[in-house]
Amino acid sequence: MNTFEQCMIQNSQPVPLERIPCLDSAVFRNRIIRKTENHERIVSFFGNKNTAGQIVLFAVMTEKDGLSVTSTKPGDTFESLTPSCPQFHWFERELAETWSLNIINHSWMKPLRFCSPLSNKTDVQAVHPIGEADYFQVEGQEIHEVAVGPVHAGIIEPGHFRFQCFGENVLHLEISLGYQHRGVEKALLNGPDKKTLHYMETVCGDSSIAHGTAYCQLMEGLNHCFPSARAQMLRGIMLELERVANHVGDLGAMANDVGYLPTASYCGRLRGEFLNMTAFICGNRFGRSMLCPGGIRFDIDPNGIEKLFSWISKVYEDTQAAVELLWNSPSVLARFEGTGTLSLKTVRELGIVGVAARACGLEEDVRSNYPSGINRFVHIPVSTWNTGDVFARGFVRWLEIQRSVSFIKEQIQHLVEGPIIKRQVPLQADQFIVSLVEGFRGEIVHAAVTDHQGRFKTYKITDPSFHNWFGLAYAMRNQEISDFPLCNKSFNLSYCGHDL
Amino acid sequence: MLTTLLTRIKQKHRTYPFPDKKPLLPERFRGLPDADCSKCDSGCDECVKACPVNALSKKENQELLIDLGRCLFCLDCTEACPRGAIHFSNIYSLSSAHRKDLIWSNTGPFKPKAVLDKKRRKLFQRSLKLRQVSAGGCNACEADINVLNTPFFDLSRFGIQFVASPRHADGILITGPVTQNMHDALIKTYEAVPDPKIVIALGACAISGGLYSDHAEATGIPSSIPVDLYIPGCPPHPFTILDGLLHLLGIKPNEDKRD
Repeated sequence: MNTFEQCMIQNSQPVPLERIPCLDSAVFRNRIIRKTENHERIVSFFGNKNTAGQIVLFAVMTEKDGLSVTSTKPGDTFESLTPSCPQFHWFERELAETWSLNIINHSWMKPLRFCSPLSNKTDVQAVHPIGEADYFQVEGQEIHEVAVGPVHAGIIEPGHFRFQCFGENVLHLEISLGYQHRGVEKALLNGPDKKTLHYMETVCGDSSIAHGTAYCQLMEGLNHCFPSARAQMLRGIMLELERVANHVGDLGAMANDVGYLPTASYCGRLRGEFLNMTAFICGNRFGRSMLCPGGIRFDIDPNGIEKLFSWISKVYEDTQAAVELLWNSPSVLARFEGTGTLSLKTVRELGIVGVAARACGLEEDVRSNYPSGINRFVHIPVSTWNTGDVFARGFVRWLEIQRSVSFIKEQIQHLVEGPIIKRQVPLQADQFIVSLVEGFRGEIVHAAVTDHQGRFKTYKITDPSFHNWFGLAYAMRNQEISDFPLCNKSFNLSYCGHDL
Repeated sequence: MLTTLLTRIKQKHRTYPFPDKKPLLPERFRGLPDADCSKCDSGCDECVKACPVNALSKKENQELLIDLGRCLFCLDCTEACPRGAIHFSNIYSLSSAHRKDLIWSNTGPFKPKAVLDKKRRKLFQRSLKLRQVSAGGCNACEADINVLNTPFFDLSRFGIQFVASPRHADGILITGPVTQNMHDALIKTYEAVPDPKIVIALGACAISGGLYSDHAEATGIPSSIPVDLYIPGCPPHPFTILDGLLHLLGIKPNEDKRD
């Protein structure tokens, strides 16, 4: 690949904005299409406005040995990539909505979040009222449509789901979101300020540590004030505790959805134990106030280490017993196996990340592919399975729980001495940076462009859910509608992380 | 089968005897704030400036007010204070039936009352079905509501249950700053609940908009939906939520609110 056509970047390391090549739209498109044919994947695709007021699109993609970024100035119209690369489907709908960009020949152009353009700060009335759009419809005798949400079963965030069914069989599911849109990215512009870190902790509340870490890494990259080894180790421990708590909760929820109540009950309680460990370290069950750019705000003393070590050992034993019941119950396996299967080909085409990708055998894991923080020194093996079904997504979670727990136990015993926080200095001006963290759902991407004063001119958050919602829709094809709750839990995607 | 039974025995009985026993809270838990303003330098307002949600205000006579309906229970004010005058106590009982009672002051006692009127208390005390509506919530409040259904808290032993349809519910529990895109759905859900009904606002976002209070995308709970209980926190601890619900229904008397 011609080096003038792209700029190689590393996780959390800035490059001067001027180093990013700006390609002609056609060249830009061809490059991306060629790369996806070679199994590379879009990491983030977003726009900003340059000083001349022109829209610039940035595409961050995976590479064999890192990440690359290129840009283009499309003018008013951009020829859609979606027909050739389905993984651009939602990204292009987002661009059309936030930048009023005319994307031509898109396969299914419609609002994504039902929000106003990014430039519009006061009048946020969306062009389209929420949920009012053309839905994909199947016609024919005995075809019926089931519409669910935004307020749908259980204690859960809002979203709208439309099933096209033939009897019990789902021919197609269309997912329409945007109900949770709070204007987070708009509020981050011209930051950082005293609210920024708190926004990060609430982008997606169950991933406070993961989104918080992505932000802190990005800040530290932009001002070259890196945290001490001790702070990095404790950040890693908090991130893995978050992963374990959520994975245990998800396995319990999946057990609940197939009516296997023993594991559902045990995992409900055990998830709480892991959240309490997080609160033991920082006072909050979701890790709020633990992180800050430059380090962390709570340390742990030798007594605390001893307590945490024996606590997690005990709770892990109970977790193992509770989870293994699943794999030894034929009635559970009968519901898990072969349900909601995604093929490797589909996963690649849709650019699926995280647990759902690893459940198809793809070794997609930020912690080993683009390591940052403690993961640059301590390797956590990538857990994969190859059946792509509900079982695989559950089993990969279990493998990850085991590896995360042993990581925590090892790190907590070998904490190096050092300060936990370092003073921060202002950010460098005119930089481009991408920060990645493997949250429990998958790849979390924060990308920023700074202006002449070192403030955020653009701040783009890509939650793993943004890639994966379409995967859930796909997994439901030719499934029974009664399997939707189970499939949904096996993905456990975020609504607010998507809607921002 | 034998393994299933053995596992059941090993997992033990886990329900915590709340409210008979005081809750187990982490040592570093941040509950009701406390401040010793006699330490303050005159004219210093570092804590007020540091607050990301403008929850703090200072009066001239060294009186400090903290609006728990806005407070994120973060560390920004405690770290900003040059005298170390502010800290968070482990008092977890914070819920109130009145918005104004959520304002903590260093000069007076904090005694929020949370109890329903006699008619509704009688109706709902032994059986309360709630529909939860997340309207822009970040899934932290939602997650810690969900936790109440686990065996540790075992919410259903108090006759409280979360149901799927507002038609089956006696009230709604709202989380999130109420996004513009959820505004109509929230009103429709509220209207679908048969009278008499109750409304609970849970978390800083639902109570005051929290971080999102000045966002054009967040509208707040519309005035046509009267709130019966405010449960502060970001997110509130499950024991704070449970305590609020039990006070509201009169299952736990308000007298022991500061235990």
